[in-house]
Amino acid sequence: MLKKFFPNKILSIDNKFINNLVFIMAIVATVGLIYALFLSPPDYIQGDSVRIMYVHVPSSFIALGSFAIMGVASILNLVFKIKFMPLVAKSLAPIGIVFTLLSIATGSLWGKPTWGIWWVWDARLTSMFILLCFYIAYILSWKLIYNFEKANKVSSIISIIGLFNLPIIKYSVDWWNTLHQPSSITLTSAPTIHHTMLIPLIIMMFGFTIYSLIIFLMRYKIEIIKFKLKKKNIK
Amino acid sequence: MLSKKVKSRIFFLIVASVVTSAIIFFILKSLEDNVVYFFSPSDIYNKTNISFNEKIRVGGLVKENSIKKNQGKIVFVITDLKNEIIVSYNGLIPNLFSEGKGVIAEGKLKDKKYFIAEKILAKHDENYMPPEVGEVLEKSY
Repeated sequence: MLKKFFPNKILSIDNKFINNLVFIMAIVATVGLIYALFLSPPDYIQGDSVRIMYVHVPSSFIALGSFAIMGVASILNLVFKIKFMPLVAKSLAPIGIVFTLLSIATGSLWGKPTWGIWWVWDARLTSMFILLCFYIAYILSWKLIYNFEKANKVSSIISIIGLFNLPIIKYSVDWWNTLHQPSSITLTSAPTIHHTMLIPLIIMMFGFTIYSLIIFLMRYKIEIIKFKLKKKNIK
Repeated sequence: MLSKKVKSRIFFLIVASVVTSAIIFFILKSLEDNVVYFFSPSDIYNKTNISFNEKIRVGGLVKENSIKKNQGKIVFVITDLKNEIIVSYNGLIPNLFSEGKGVIAEGKLKDKKYFIAEKILAKHDENYMPPEVGEVLEKSY
């Protein structure tokens, strides 16, 4: 299965496979949304505002996860010179930036009725904003630099430096006093989300992940084709 | 197994990562007062270099039975279960502001015991549960 990511095999991921994924995602997303928006209970303090969490948390998860994979791909490229890794990262970047924006937007929509303010410069929100800046810098480096190898080097460095921001985002709420609440789901203690809310949240995370996978595969295929065409033209 | 070139790249990466982490750590440590969004009442109590004209934020829990409303002015106590500070405020309060729940007040310190707030933000904790479960929890106090 992993072989499918290698350039020679990726083109064998045909429309049928992607269509199957879309079908699965449609089911998961529908179940998730119905559960999240209608069947799950309101929160004992914030009422129905809690339902934004079902979009906000999965978006943040994808935003951070995509950047983590981009960083790892860049390291693999710089250290082991694996040729298709920059294409993996390049395909993930638009997905990551969209979900970062969605996370910030849904967060603000939630913050205004709950906290009383749209935005604050506390550690969590500021570091998410920095993540957005890294995404913009990464995407721009591919768009503005024409030489592939130069663009690869610059973008790889951007994504590796940005990796250091990820633990800051994640642990900002634990390390410092922030307005954003601390983590409810941790590796070391029981979740502080009631199971009637935790289950739709996990379903939504799953749905968002499949969606991201679909978009990634579509972009990755195109990037491989472009890359191969370029190589052919040079020869 | 790993060629010399690869090994040297990995070594460089590890060294660069350690150095970068150290730099970031020291920068954040020295900026602590600015990265922190609010001080707890204990922080205020223990701090030695407080200025009474600077705008700062104090956060914690609203002490039970401490809210007193008086013609648009409100006085309450912020506690972190170790120290307390009295806050007075004139203006709109967010919906989620209530006793026993988190709050952040932005304003100026009159002295170490008294804070004059210009803005109040309600802070949500990390617990999410349906109303029925919440009621059971409240009853058990």
